[in-house]
Amino acid sequence: MVTSTATQLEPTGTPRDEVESVVVRFAGDSGDGMQLTGSQFTLATALAGNDLATFPDFPAEIRAPIGTTFGVSAFQINFGARKIATAGDAPDVLVAMNPAALKVNLGDVKKGGTVIIDTGTFTARNLKKAGFEADPLEDDSLDGFQVMKVDISKLTTEAVKEHGVSNKDGLRSKNMWTLGLIYWLYDRDREPTVNWLRVKFGKMPNIAEANVAALNAGHIFGETAELPGGLRGLSVRAAEISPGLYRAVTGAEALAWGLAAGARLADLRMVLASYPITPASSLLHILAGLKQFDIVTFQAEDEIAAVGAAIGASFAGSLGITSSSGPGVALKGEAIGLAISTELPLIIVNSQRAGPSTGLPTKTEQSDLFQSVYGRNADAPLVVLASSSPSNCFEIGIEAVRLATKYMTPVILLSDGYMSNASEPWLIPDFDSIEPFPVNFAKTEDAGEEGFMPFSRDEATLARPWAKPGTPGLEHRIGGIEKEDGSGNISYDADNHQKMTDLRAGKINGIANDIPLQGVELGNESGQLAVVGWGSTYGPISRAVGNMREDGYDVSHVHLHHIWPMPLNTGDLLAGFDQVLVPEMNNGQLVKVLRAEYLTPAQAMNKVNGQPFKIAEIEAAIKGCLDGQSGEAK
Amino acid sequence: MNAPAVPLKAKDFASDQEVRWCPGCGDYAILKGVQKTLADIGTAPENVVFISGIGCSSRFPYYMSTYGFHTIHGRAPAFATGVKLANPELDVWLVTGDGDGLSIGGNHLLHALRRNVNMQIMLFNNEIYGLTKGQYSPTSKQGTRSPSTPMGSLDRPLSPVLFALGANASFVARAVDTQQKHMPGVLKRAHTHQGASFVEIYTNCIVYNDGVFSSFAEKGTAAEGELLLEHGDPMIFGKERDKGIRMKPGALELEVVQLGVDGITEDDLLRHDETSRVLAGLLGAMQNPDFPVAVGVLYCEAAEAYETAVYQQVDAARAANGKADINALLRSGSTWTVGD
Repeated sequence: MVTSTATQLEPTGTPRDEVESVVVRFAGDSGDGMQLTGSQFTLATALAGNDLATFPDFPAEIRAPIGTTFGVSAFQINFGARKIATAGDAPDVLVAMNPAALKVNLGDVKKGGTVIIDTGTFTARNLKKAGFEADPLEDDSLDGFQVMKVDISKLTTEAVKEHGVSNKDGLRSKNMWTLGLIYWLYDRDREPTVNWLRVKFGKMPNIAEANVAALNAGHIFGETAELPGGLRGLSVRAAEISPGLYRAVTGAEALAWGLAAGARLADLRMVLASYPITPASSLLHILAGLKQFDIVTFQAEDEIAAVGAAIGASFAGSLGITSSSGPGVALKGEAIGLAISTELPLIIVNSQRAGPSTGLPTKTEQSDLFQSVYGRNADAPLVVLASSSPSNCFEIGIEAVRLATKYMTPVILLSDGYMSNASEPWLIPDFDSIEPFPVNFAKTEDAGEEGFMPFSRDEATLARPWAKPGTPGLEHRIGGIEKEDGSGNISYDADNHQKMTDLRAGKINGIANDIPLQGVELGNESGQLAVVGWGSTYGPISRAVGNMREDGYDVSHVHLHHIWPMPLNTGDLLAGFDQVLVPEMNNGQLVKVLRAEYLTPAQAMNKVNGQPFKIAEIEAAIKGCLDGQSGEAK
Repeated sequence: MNAPAVPLKAKDFASDQEVRWCPGCGDYAILKGVQKTLADIGTAPENVVFISGIGCSSRFPYYMSTYGFHTIHGRAPAFATGVKLANPELDVWLVTGDGDGLSIGGNHLLHALRRNVNMQIMLFNNEIYGLTKGQYSPTSKQGTRSPSTPMGSLDRPLSPVLFALGANASFVARAVDTQQKHMPGVLKRAHTHQGASFVEIYTNCIVYNDGVFSSFAEKGTAAEGELLLEHGDPMIFGKERDKGIRMKPGALELEVVQLGVDGITEDDLLRHDETSRVLAGLLGAMQNPDFPVAVGVLYCEAAEAYETAVYQQVDAARAANGKADINALLRSGSTWTVGD
């Protein structure tokens, strides 16, 4: 374990201007190591005591042709001396490692923002590949920005010369040179990155030292060079955040650990069966490394086999989990119906991505809510949960296990590509303080005179007993054909089917009694406008509502984690607001569910361009709802 | 695994549910053969799990007094794999058919076989879709007239045992529904084998495909139409035990020879070697009327069961990482402290 203490570093050299928060975007070719650069900067920034949020944005192709716009990989970080809710709307600083990165990202940069460019890559060939007709360094393309043109390629090559690495390997340290410069710009400590490099390249010490040399050279360049446009070092104070032990966590990590924690709390072995799919595979990768936690991972031959194996594992008395993205969940639909009909615990994780069909595999969207709540043949109710931030995935993972095992039901857990990959600092919880919920399997003595009744029910939860194969006296058969209430024997009786359909629905609806009432994240419990969100829109909604409240608007933020069933008071809560606005990264799904369930005149706000909402977009929508209302001036 | 305190009889493995196959269906005979096999093995019903997909054959679990799971069409091998991953100690029997296992579920059968998940896979082959009322199946002979192929089916059929051998199965056998003396022996061998044991069982569908195997599967035809395989024994068949199988001189082919004709003796015949995948392929391809149909254990190879290897990795991870502590997991990697 590497433990550090966040400290406010003493400014070095020239005095630094203080800024409250900054958005930096690193952009380069997919082979330029931008994601690594970003994650190192994230760690250094966390250690400096700032709050932060990040957004990696990488292409679907593993190695797109070098220098092309579709091969551009970017990593954005928003950090500050205040609470940071999102990865930031527009970058204050763009680092462009090649012409394609400049082409793709310049349009997003804040007016007057800083653009740092590796001029060494601005060759005629690269300009052509990026689709520039004229060299943007020579014409007026960069007017209005603070531009820092540096031949990073050349300076890196010089810096690593003495370490005896090939020219090609040397150039690969460009990202570290750049990171060194940005470390200087924001007064970050290089030491953790130096240590990390020496561990990562432990078997190739010359490569490690070349990278360290590049990192230091970039930093020295910042300290000593006269930077264009009067660019000066900046300082960002530590944020006021709750004391305790922190770490950076991605949604995929928090979810994997939450599910592992849930299995431990339920006292169950976990069997995760999954088929590789972007952006869901990281959950499989992480859990495959946690076998010592009594976790078995299985890479199945396809999506259907994955869910089938998970259900088989649950039938045998383990916690069956399957994980995929929307197209994969579509394939699992029939099997999920079987788990609903046989009333077995099952968790289906959906890391949503833009669709339909293959859609945009690496771009985020939250358009599988209908699929989750309604997307199966027949009346097939189950539980749907949605996590709202990378670290929230931990709690939602545990909640999914609790509900699946207590109510003998499949649970769909919605994450998304953005949340899986994004990271944020996390105040690490104490696992020992979480109340366990061990499963009580049926016992031999539970079989009465008529034998074991696999479809008898607990009066309070309506859950059926879970009998582990291997237990004498509880031998029973289950399947997808309608079951007789109680005995579970095949039944074609019409009235029994009505009863079983009602029982299945009633069991799921009853879960509303076992989840927290819906609260308000920010603002009053009634008023002029509620902005209702779910999933990863939490960050931008929270900040937008906070900003608008500071400006005197009567607006509240309501965020749903229990999508189905919804908390008991949801309808009453929404009825207390004059208007309800539902921003979603889809074409309007939760908004329709709310309208259908509660007859609330909720308004939709939709965006499906593969990018999270910007705070400004939601602020504008809030203004649109409230300006001019109640005599308030525009 | 526990043996029952009092030895059980075949009928102790029957559930209280009324069997609902068509009268005269070959499935009845298989049910009886399986119940007898389990009684002979002396296993405890609570440790046995029958898993099936969809189709006539897949109703099988409901008629057993063991644990059972009637799943969805074609996917039974995936469910069974999950059961074995959760609890390798369970004795898993999979029941599928030519439509369930080779059409909609061909992919899952393929992967369960190649992974060598330790279970018995019984594929009831009746060369027809029964439950959906008589359409042709992937094993139907070309030209089969059915409701969906009134002018005869066009697809070339596949051979279940050759499919299994191609999937790298470690145990491949054949049995016939009505041959009750022979079947339990094959099933016991399948049960003993560590890994995925594939048994094709020729099953007569009395309603939609009656008599399709009559050239070898009936009392009067078996002796001439069938070759019973025994490891190490010469391949002899025929009512008079006067015919045999040998390698055709100068070719990688089998041929039928008459004992005592042209000086051919038993020594000229092939002896069955169930460890030879090549021989198994040749035997599996034999068809009436030119050849007898080979039944018994075609192929058996010692191989590690998948779930055994899975738990070796779990054990290795435990040995390498010590106590699996969730709090330690959450605190692994880089952390930092924010002071008061």
